[in-house]
Amino acid sequence: MATSADYDDRSQEIGYDPNFVPDSVKTFVVHLYRHIREKNVYEIHQMYEGSFQKLSDRMFKESPWPSVDAVSPYVDNDHVFCLLYREMWFRHLYARMSPTLQQRIDSYDNYCSLFQVVLHGVVNMQLPNQWLWDMVDEFVYQFQSFCQYRAKMKNKTEEEIALLRQFPQAWNVYGVLNYLQALVEKSSIIQILEQEKEGLEQFTANDGYDYNGGSNVLKVLGYYSMVGLLRVHCLLGDYHTGLKCLVPIDISQSGVFTIVIGSHITTIYHYGFANLMLRRYAEAIREFNKVKLIEENVNNQLREKYGEKMARMQRYDDEAFALYDELFSYACPKFITPSPPNFEEPLVNYNQDAYRLQLKLFLYEVKQQQLLSGIRSFLKLYSTISIAKLATYMEVDEPTLRTILMTYKHKTHVVDIDGKIISNADVDFYVNEDTVHVVETKSAKNYGDYFMRQILKLEEMIGNLDRIRLE
Amino acid sequence: MPTLKPSSQRRRPFFVSRISMGRERETQQQQQTSYTVEELVAVNPYNPDILPDLENYVHEQVSSQTYSLDANLCLLRLYQFEPERMSIQIVARILVKALMAMPAPDFSLCLFLIPERVQMEEQFKTLIVLSHYLETARFREFWDEAAKNRSIVEVVPGFEQAIQAYAIHVLSLTYQKVPRPVLAEAINIEGLSLDKFLEHQVAKCGWVLEKGHVRGQVIVLPRNEFNQPELKKNTADSIPLEHITRIFSILN
Repeated sequence: MATSADYDDRSQEIGYDPNFVPDSVKTFVVHLYRHIREKNVYEIHQMYEGSFQKLSDRMFKESPWPSVDAVSPYVDNDHVFCLLYREMWFRHLYARMSPTLQQRIDSYDNYCSLFQVVLHGVVNMQLPNQWLWDMVDEFVYQFQSFCQYRAKMKNKTEEEIALLRQFPQAWNVYGVLNYLQALVEKSSIIQILEQEKEGLEQFTANDGYDYNGGSNVLKVLGYYSMVGLLRVHCLLGDYHTGLKCLVPIDISQSGVFTIVIGSHITTIYHYGFANLMLRRYAEAIREFNKVKLIEENVNNQLREKYGEKMARMQRYDDEAFALYDELFSYACPKFITPSPPNFEEPLVNYNQDAYRLQLKLFLYEVKQQQLLSGIRSFLKLYSTISIAKLATYMEVDEPTLRTILMTYKHKTHVVDIDGKIISNADVDFYVNEDTVHVVETKSAKNYGDYFMRQILKLEEMIGNLDRIRLE
Repeated sequence: MPTLKPSSQRRRPFFVSRISMGRERETQQQQQTSYTVEELVAVNPYNPDILPDLENYVHEQVSSQTYSLDANLCLLRLYQFEPERMSIQIVARILVKALMAMPAPDFSLCLFLIPERVQMEEQFKTLIVLSHYLETARFREFWDEAAKNRSIVEVVPGFEQAIQAYAIHVLSLTYQKVPRPVLAEAINIEGLSLDKFLEHQVAKCGWVLEKGHVRGQVIVLPRNEFNQPELKKNTADSIPLEHITRIFSILN
């Protein structure tokens, strides 16, 4: 394990002494250590979410926390606590400063040691879901960050290149995926979720905690690792495999993934994005909407901010095309190239390669669908129309029109995860020889859901009023 | 209903002898057993050691007319992690098999994992053009282009039949009655061969031949919920139980 003395030579603020432990930090680690030993999840959560942030803001705004070696005497040199402390130490560093290559490598080492301890079943802690989610989330984030850092080869110093060659295992894609996979397997989380359906287990019902004196750490890490795998696969452009990793979690229900807001958003975002790339638009929209509808205003804000752009995207000219490009780039995950550079060849930057490929393929798809919104708006006007007439309106010949109609059918009828054909079309039709018969499926307005939300809002408001009267 | 996945690409187990799994767990427990490649992929989704097995399995899929998207994606993933191990020929085979899996989006799924510079190779450019024609239902152009590139597509048995199955799938989504020339163009069969083909479809798949309204022959395709959208169930405005539970406390 490298000590923090290795990296105080540059990038850190002058005056930062990694070995100096202020009293407030002493108190913090002593208490946190005690609460962890006593399995007091409530207090751990308070310290993790509250005190750690407060102390960071007050004392370590632009410098790292004291080194693990400096604090370990206050916590009986407890190995596991030191791993947890270092995990937070690096997370804080990544959030507020830019990590050096050596720090990136050390952080990976620390995750490996931490996960090894968890996988070999020697921990007996109960940690807050938020913290366990943050571990998986940060692990994937640092992996993504490392890949992007490594891909910018042009400005690397010789020292950095030497380090990269010396530690090919650091943030290696196989290592990252296999740790996540091992957490899923070793935790038996998939079987636990299966058994819970039959009433033989209580996992979701207990928010993932173990009330029988056991530890929740492996189980919950395994659970969140499924979301982690979905995210890594999306970063790699492997949407099909990513969605397969998430299958054990029923995202139509609330579950342990909805308890922590970050986990909820990450899950739905990547689930929706993967479905978008698989052309399962209805599925993507449904899940995005659920998250969006938590706040009624978001919808209105979206309409206000993007209403004009959305209208322009319905058209099929170059400008619309540019908008798809712009919005995809804005909203897509930070794609990565997982392989190391070839050090024998001239060093070039390849950090944009993965993103450019996904963008290009997405725009292929947009191009293939360009004429569809045009034909849709004509179809909406008729109950029957002849192929010849529709071809004139579309300014194409009849054979071309037939291909457009078939493209419309193909693109709106997608293969779902079970291999079944699902129709996404709101305006549908069939052709009898030379006549198009249009069938518009009236989208039933969801008054029910709307009323439900208003009932809840009203109830909340009445509750607030009651409180005011009492005071 | 048309066959939605080409029936020629049914999955078939493929047995291989045990290989080094790189994980202690398996070595202890299952020393003696052999695995299907699909099982190998399920247990070792991120194990570089299975790469040669997956490559052999692509050849096996080609010769036995079977198909496994998961195994092929796993191989492309390993290539993505270690580009220096990539075999262009095998990637080309995978892409042809993916085309044959239309209407499923497998071809795009594969392209998402293949670096852009590799996609610049001549044979991949051709396959991308072929996929584009299929995606936009331009069957005339597709068959012309395929004819010019027999060396790429004809090495995979069942190619033609698989694309014809896809064409029939799209026609069945679109038409209740399709004019004979439109069908002929889509499946690239004409004249006497087409008569024979139709005879078979009439006997086996419930197709009906009629004289056209204006001209020639039309083929009545079996009704399904897609070429007769009225069949689709009307989704009423219903509220799922889980949403109702949210106001339980208020209802008390």
